[in-house]
Amino acid sequence: MFDFEMLFMIGLKVLFALLMIGAVMTMAGYSVLAERKVSAWMQGRVGPNRTVLPLVGYVPFAGKFLKGMGMFQPLADGLKFLFKEEIIPGHVNKFYYNLAPIVALVPALTTMTVLPFGEFFADNGESFPLMLANLEVGILFILAVSSLGVYGIVLAGWSSNSKYPFLGGIRSSAQMISYELAMGLSLLPIFLWVSEPGTGAMGLSLVDIVDSQKQSPWLLLVQPLSALIFLIALFAETNRLPFDMPESETDLVGGFHTEYGGFKFGIFFVAEYAHIVVGSAIFTIVFLGGWHFMPWMSDPWPATWIGSLIGVGWFLAKTIFLIFFFIWIRWTLPRFRYDQVMNLGWTKLLPLALINLIFYVCLVTWLDQPPA
Amino acid sequence: MAKTVVLQRKPLSLSERTYLPQIVTGLKTTFSNMFKGKVTLQYPEEKPNIPKNYRGIPTLVKDPNGREKCVSCQLCEFVCPPKAIRITPGAVPESEDDREHVEKAPQEFEINMLRCIYCGYCQEVCPEEAIYLQDEYSLSGYSRDEMINKKEKLYELGGTLPDQHYKWDKKKNAEDEGNDH
Ligand code: SF4
Ligand code: SF4
Repeated sequence: MFDFEMLFMIGLKVLFALLMIGAVMTMAGYSVLAERKVSAWMQGRVGPNRTVLPLVGYVPFAGKFLKGMGMFQPLADGLKFLFKEEIIPGHVNKFYYNLAPIVALVPALTTMTVLPFGEFFADNGESFPLMLANLEVGILFILAVSSLGVYGIVLAGWSSNSKYPFLGGIRSSAQMISYELAMGLSLLPIFLWVSEPGTGAMGLSLVDIVDSQKQSPWLLLVQPLSALIFLIALFAETNRLPFDMPESETDLVGGFHTEYGGFKFGIFFVAEYAHIVVGSAIFTIVFLGGWHFMPWMSDPWPATWIGSLIGVGWFLAKTIFLIFFFIWIRWTLPRFRYDQVMNLGWTKLLPLALINLIFYVCLVTWLDQPPA
Repeated sequence: MAKTVVLQRKPLSLSERTYLPQIVTGLKTTFSNMFKGKVTLQYPEEKPNIPKNYRGIPTLVKDPNGREKCVSCQLCEFVCPPKAIRITPGAVPESEDDREHVEKAPQEFEINMLRCIYCGYCQEVCPEEAIYLQDEYSLSGYSRDEMINKKEKLYELGGTLPDQHYKWDKKKNAEDEGNDH
């Protein structure tokens, strides 16, 4: 006996999951392009502007524009990675060497299952969040899984059995551990604030956080310090400049992926950018009001499917701005020295996060006092 | 005696010690750079302006009447530091009867561009102003043989340069006036 209803639901879920993977991977691919384009613009260059699909180049206006923007570059890059020879150096530990790119990519893709990216308005006026799995402990899940990504880097570093990747692996594990703490601590005040009696939200659910920012100030404005600490930790967790210790081309050749080439290197690359995409989405959800319009304003769009589309678009716009911000920072700041990174993490960021937490504990307790 | 002044650095203020204002300034700089003009050339389509005295590929030139200027004196062959030039001297072709048996011409003239260091000594030493380093700078080939410029290639690259001497015209004029030697 087949339960067709059940089968249909499963099919739908699989379809959604594939769509989501497609969307995130496309965004990751195009953030690579954005990285190259933005860096080019900031340095007075033009950037990739040659790749074009066979016929598109002849479309009068759009073809030229798309070519100039390098819109087909990610395709070319991906194909190049696919067709390159896969070299496995003789001195590596084959099993872990092959495992590492997968371990790096899987957490990046897993975190997006609990990312809400919009809301859907049913006919009866109810609204459901658009996400793959509405987990009660969404943020905890994300923190837990995304920090697994470091194992990919560590495995890559160790299994490569050569000095530069090894140094990269060591650095990345040290760095991740130091900044994980600050990151977690910077999120606690958010949940204290949101779980305040009267707002209705009582969990670690990302949807509740977004809804608490509806028609009220964004949490960025309420807790700028938490946002700052979270952002810095996010940069460190995604290995972006100024914290790209594991890679640091100038002193470690390529860091953990020095011994990788071809498609395996491509996977590391995509994983890194997928982390950035997901990280930007999380920052948008927690601090920038998710798919809600502007601080203190209610959403100007109607509560229909058009509204939910605009909402998703608005969420994407914020996320893309944050991705741009990541790139912008990268081409502005020089890299920290390794000891400076450690110093910043343990002696500045962690105490600051603690003070921040204590301050908000006191504030929330004081605000929550039942009126005498 | 120069006096050494030790500058007293002001202690950093709190906002300076967070580095945040400086980071914002940096961000502003990079952002404004995005809208400035581009400084790069789209290379194969757009080429940079080559200055007049540029030392590009050595080439052989002809005089305005289309005659070979090189007299295969081999001075350039001797002066060339990496020995990139190889000349086989020969006779002037019979068609040019006013020049025949008076001057020599190279039968074969090879410049090995894998050896040439673009020093320009050949141009400097040539008594006939026959060899010039011109503005062409990009050359490539699939084999070592292709990288050896033969005489035809050298004349093709060189073309004709304006030349104020008109050596052979003057000689002819002198002959016409009856004072040949
Ligand atoms: S190029 Fe000039 S220097 Fe060289 S052989 Fe000819 S005339 Fe002599
Ligand atoms: S430029 Fe210098 S190295 Fe090249 S052919 Fe002339 S003399 Fe020889």
